[in-house]
Amino acid sequence: MQTKRSTYQSRWLPFFLLAPQLAITLVFFIWPASQAVKSSFERTDPFGFKTTFIGLENYARILADPSYLNALGRTAIFAVSVTVLSMGTALLLAVCVNRVMRTSRFYTTLLVWPYAVAPVVAGVLWWFLFNPTIGLLPHLLDWFGINWNHRVSGTQAMILITIAAAWKQISYNFLFFLAGLQSVPPSLIEAAAIDGASPFKRFWTIVFPLLSPTTFFLLIININYVMFETFGVIDATTGGGPGQATMTLVYKVYTDGVAGLNIGSSSAQSVLLMGIVIVLTFIQFRFVERRVNY
Amino acid sequence: MSRFTLHALSVGIAAASLSLSAHAATEITWWHSMGGELGERLSAIAEDFNASQDEFTIAPSYRGEYEEAMVNTIAAFRAGEQPHIVQIYEVGTGTMMAAQGAIYPVYELMEEHGNNFDPSDYLSVVTGYYTDTDGNMLSMPFNSSTPILYYNKAVFEAAGLDPETPPTTWQEMGEMSQQILDEDAASCGFTLAYAANWVGLENFSAMHNLPVGTLENGFGGLETEFTFNGDVQARFWDQLKEWSDSGAYMYAGPANGPDAAPAFYSSDCAMYMNSSASRADVLANSDFDVGFGMLPYYDDVDGAPQNSIIGGATLWVLSGHEENEYTGVAEFLQFLSSPEVQAEWHQGTGYLPITTAAYELSQEQGYYDENPGADIAIEQINLNEPTENSKGLRFGNYPQVRMVLDEEFQNVLSGDKSGQEALDDAAERGNQILRDFEAANS
Repeated sequence: MQTKRSTYQSRWLPFFLLAPQLAITLVFFIWPASQAVKSSFERTDPFGFKTTFIGLENYARILADPSYLNALGRTAIFAVSVTVLSMGTALLLAVCVNRVMRTSRFYTTLLVWPYAVAPVVAGVLWWFLFNPTIGLLPHLLDWFGINWNHRVSGTQAMILITIAAAWKQISYNFLFFLAGLQSVPPSLIEAAAIDGASPFKRFWTIVFPLLSPTTFFLLIININYVMFETFGVIDATTGGGPGQATMTLVYKVYTDGVAGLNIGSSSAQSVLLMGIVIVLTFIQFRFVERRVNY
Repeated sequence: MSRFTLHALSVGIAAASLSLSAHAATEITWWHSMGGELGERLSAIAEDFNASQDEFTIAPSYRGEYEEAMVNTIAAFRAGEQPHIVQIYEVGTGTMMAAQGAIYPVYELMEEHGNNFDPSDYLSVVTGYYTDTDGNMLSMPFNSSTPILYYNKAVFEAAGLDPETPPTTWQEMGEMSQQILDEDAASCGFTLAYAANWVGLENFSAMHNLPVGTLENGFGGLETEFTFNGDVQARFWDQLKEWSDSGAYMYAGPANGPDAAPAFYSSDCAMYMNSSASRADVLANSDFDVGFGMLPYYDDVDGAPQNSIIGGATLWVLSGHEENEYTGVAEFLQFLSSPEVQAEWHQGTGYLPITTAAYELSQEQGYYDENPGADIAIEQINLNEPTENSKGLRFGNYPQVRMVLDEEFQNVLSGDKSGQEALDDAAERGNQILRDFEAANS
């Protein structure tokens, strides 16, 4: 009987081989996460001399705090717009590059480049481009009669971080979409073309459904990206302002915990954030995955 | 890694650290937040001290802006890696004072390890901010400053204004800014560093003799509450919103207003309010004649102008180090307050002198005669006998409150709230932060 089971000469070898990864997970994920859960039930002074157990008070305060609910709403808007913008643009670019015969590698390289830029560096670049005083874009927008000042306008600040965060993620999405497109069997498309289906119809009825596993995977990755990894972009461009207009959940964890030294509340927020992402991922797997054809 | 290489490595590390300690004197670490010109002058002081004796070495290390440096210090303390000396800004004073196990109060340090330390040598306007209720000095004043007005004389001339007369009231500020815009001499009238806090609220309140909080602005205890939501402050924030719309005033961003200095250097904004210690940077970066003035005030408010309050930072000594290292710390603090070092630091940077001797030495050296405008800060801080509204402020978790103020001020500028609404909300949110601090520290 053939099984998937591999055989090792020593019983301990597989554990040994797994150990480094387990150790890293334990030290860098499980342990800090459990610390966060612990301190979410406590109130402590900044230096950590006195720690009092206060039960669920941190959670109760957060959920009653209008600024937390505001951050929740902002995060939802931000997550949807970044995901739609970055996945839409990436798909469009991937379809274009996929049609190019000779220079597709060249375009691919160029389009993947932004992914190599660290989030903070990307943030600083956008900060310069959009700076109301010295930036290039506000100057150009002025010609169209648009007065750009994201230090004052919350909507403009949100547009800025959406563009900056999406720009960075386009490369990643592009790469996966391109790989997905290249694995679509050309014979299917040719058959449809012979049947007289227009390019647009061929895309929607054949290519796009075949891409659905890729799209589903990217959806989860992008939501996670927006939830956790956009910190650098926000910190370098708007710093959560103006007036909390770009205060997302992860940035609020930082401002309350690191800048404000309110460790208890910040821990409780990070536990809630972790819960939100777990629930979202669960929902996606439970309901969206049903509509995916592998 | 084989056992041999491990062994060789550890021997190597041991040898390296041995050879270092054989040559080097006891090292004393000093974390600070002085970048740019100021950082270079600070390093020069440390080098002078190191050259003056061979028992101790001061190792200064830049740890980011004030907010960052304070957060880093606290994190380092929790990890047992704290420096000997750390520079903490004045709004962190409340938090540091409450952290009794973490700090080694300067008066105790000097009693136990220093010699010839006399607290009365220090200027009381400066040290008053950093003493406990019994009058003991908890941290060593190092760089104290107060905001003043800088203006571009070339733009004043182009706008048909007298380049020797800066505005003294907010009413004049508005008129002159409008004239500058009308004459197209600059694209903005004035900009502010620390628009929503140090300059635009705390000093504004002090200059108008208005309280920021109850219990003598927090000096009286942890049960203090904010009262900065008075109608004069609200009127000022509303006016800033109006001026922001007309272009007379440019908002330069939260906290210290990162866009303010560049806008002034590039002659985009004709006037600019920031710390008197920006003097060195302003003179180094501007290619026009710079004029200096006091902070404006509303002349129809009773009691204005009162006097301005200080900002800047002091040096805190942290606990948990060896006894003999503290001897070095005490020696260094003594060195730092000597009239020569103080006078040079004061004259080079624009920070206030912290001892009477340093002020007198600067006068003898003719510094104020040669540098008109350099004594504006000292004059402004001594304008009147400080009242309980104008001797400073001391609130726990105040860095967090400043962030709230920034947010609420932005709400005024975007038109979402009136000045009064924003200040009321800021006071309410700020009081909550004060209650948290009270609960965590009592």
